[in-house]
Amino acid sequence: MYTVSSSPHMKSNDSVQGIMRDVIIALIPATFAGIYFFGMQAFLVTLVSVISCIASEALWQKLTHRKITIRDLSAVVTGLLLAFNLPAAVPLWLPAIGGFFAIIIVKQFFGGIGQNIMNPALAARAFLLASWPVHMTNFTVDGVSSATALAILKTGGDKLPSLMNVFIGNVGGCIGETSVLALLIGGAYLIYRKVISWHIPVTFIGSTFILTFILGRHGLMTGDALYEIFAGGLILGAIYMATDYTTSPFNKKGQVIFGVGCGILTTIIRLYGGYSEGVSYSILIMSLFVPFIDKFTALRVFGEVK
Amino acid sequence: MGLLTFKKGIHPKDRKDLSMHKAIQDLLPKGNLVFPMQQHIGAPCDPLVKKGDRVLMNQKIGESKAFVSAPIYSSVSGTVVDISPRLHSNGTMVLSIIIENDALYEESLAMIPRIDYEKLSIDELVAIVKDAGIVGMGGAGFPTHIKLAPPEGKKIDSIIINASECEPYLTCDYRLMLEKSTEITLGLKIILHMFPGVTGYIGIEDNKPDAIEIMKKACEVLNNVHVKPLITKYPQGAEKQLIYALTGREVGSGKLPADAGCIVQNVGSVFEIYNAVINGRPLTERVITVTGEAIKNPMNLRVKFGTSIEEVIEAAGGFKETPVKVISGGPMMGTTLSSLNTPVIKGTSGVLCLTKEQTRLEEESSCIRCGKCMNVCPMNLNPTKLNSLVLRSKYDDFEKYHGMDCIECGCCSYTCPAKRHLTQTLREGKRTVNINRRKK
Repeated sequence: MYTVSSSPHMKSNDSVQGIMRDVIIALIPATFAGIYFFGMQAFLVTLVSVISCIASEALWQKLTHRKITIRDLSAVVTGLLLAFNLPAAVPLWLPAIGGFFAIIIVKQFFGGIGQNIMNPALAARAFLLASWPVHMTNFTVDGVSSATALAILKTGGDKLPSLMNVFIGNVGGCIGETSVLALLIGGAYLIYRKVISWHIPVTFIGSTFILTFILGRHGLMTGDALYEIFAGGLILGAIYMATDYTTSPFNKKGQVIFGVGCGILTTIIRLYGGYSEGVSYSILIMSLFVPFIDKFTALRVFGEVK
Repeated sequence: MGLLTFKKGIHPKDRKDLSMHKAIQDLLPKGNLVFPMQQHIGAPCDPLVKKGDRVLMNQKIGESKAFVSAPIYSSVSGTVVDISPRLHSNGTMVLSIIIENDALYEESLAMIPRIDYEKLSIDELVAIVKDAGIVGMGGAGFPTHIKLAPPEGKKIDSIIINASECEPYLTCDYRLMLEKSTEITLGLKIILHMFPGVTGYIGIEDNKPDAIEIMKKACEVLNNVHVKPLITKYPQGAEKQLIYALTGREVGSGKLPADAGCIVQNVGSVFEIYNAVINGRPLTERVITVTGEAIKNPMNLRVKFGTSIEEVIEAAGGFKETPVKVISGGPMMGTTLSSLNTPVIKGTSGVLCLTKEQTRLEEESSCIRCGKCMNVCPMNLNPTKLNSLVLRSKYDDFEKYHGMDCIECGCCSYTCPAKRHLTQTLREGKRTVNINRRKK
């Protein structure tokens, strides 16, 4: 008796674990950059965040008698991305609570992998920022408090860091967001491996670039667009968070709408909002529109006459 | 010249190297032959013989009065030893005629060779094709005579020979082209004669350059026939995709190739049209590819219908290692066999034996919404959405989201990183909708 099954009998080598592994590999340069610029504390925050995410997932699945799926590595990705969105100086209980919130409240309450309506790491960051704003905005470089480039742009005060320092990541900010260089290396890897396509990152970053130049902080056409896209969490958000499969549109057309929407919201929050940074909120807001975007960008079925 | 193709699809490893260089060998059956009365799409045949009758090779032993059907012929001479339900390669028990082979191969000459086919009317030619029992040899088994008699008012301007052989592993069409190009060309000439003024296309994937060359050469004698190289991509040979690649026309939902002015015939069927008209021989045998990593000597065999799969595998040297799956047809759309004790029939294009390594029997995990299934679906469907609709028994929505347009090519399941059984549930959804429609 041989195995009987429905066709096809050949499968590709792709797996969920393989995709998540690729994302982790892509995040390695930025992890090292974070540790290099912010020290051992950055490493500990990252470690606690990842462990908290894995443990929360395993615990939830154990308590609810589900199959434990931590081997798919998606919790590791969430843990890394959460840590990337935290300042290095936070107390270690903060990433622990953040990981718990991301996995249990945002991911598992909505049905687990593929079902959450928001990116778990981003939603957890928003939760932490609202609950412990002082810890969440205490940025340091070499142990000295240091405002982020975007905050300086917004409120003035300190001297602006150089474009070079903003590019390599030697500025105040969250652990994983400051090194544009490291993030771009990882992003290139993800596109090369076809884990993500260029549509969301390019349209997100591109629309922010164009809009910040046009609207400018000192009047029309005065924006230093290059500086603006390298500062803050735009590169991290555009490459790694906005491209989250679960909370972004299926089609290329939808992805372009999503990316441009994120870019518009980011620019508005950055230039006119109360916060100096708007990347995470713009992604969270646009994620809620994904079902609508998917509906209105549905593909024409082969042979269909519209 | 630029290569033609369709949109989306996948690029699985073709593994044709296992058998593509092996010339076709004839296999004579040893044991009893089993002829299921259903080897085609349409009404099953009724047996024309009874237990104890002596039958000749090429003698008609099963026929139906229905229009959508194809008669069945004995491939050997011998005695009818039983008429009873037997295991069919589709997994069901089907009424079958069992013939004991007397190894004399005494031939019935009921069918008359018509070298003078140009004098025959279209209806007469269609009747010959119907009487010869010819069906689509690609696997689906749709009776060929129906395709050759399009409904009134449908203007046919293109005859397409499907020689893409896009299923991985299979090489029977390829070998047939290398070894029988003149005969195939003659078969095409007969079809062209039936539809004056049409253009003929032969679509061949570019992983078979020598077949493209040889068919080009053979077709030089014909006006208005173009051999078109196609990009090697699955499912290039799916009817709608092939028509799109060659003519740029889309066959709409629920429509037939004739609605787009096309008739598509598998290259094996074209050869059989030649065989029926010129040689006066009905369809009693075919070329099959016996292959897969579990087979000792992968090869191409010309096998008489009714021969058991077990004999076919034996002829290919038997198993190198125990296979996990034995498949009738190719790896993308073939059906698995539970037992080797089932006969080769008209639609058996290959016997594929896969080991554990190739079959990848992994458990399903949750959809991560990566969208890969949508990016490969040649029909532009949303397989993961349709999958969840079927799982929740929402068949109305399944129809609304064009589930019935699924061609079951398997691209979505092939590509899914979560290993979801997308093709399987879509197939089930289509079946349920069809059953519900019939009930109404």
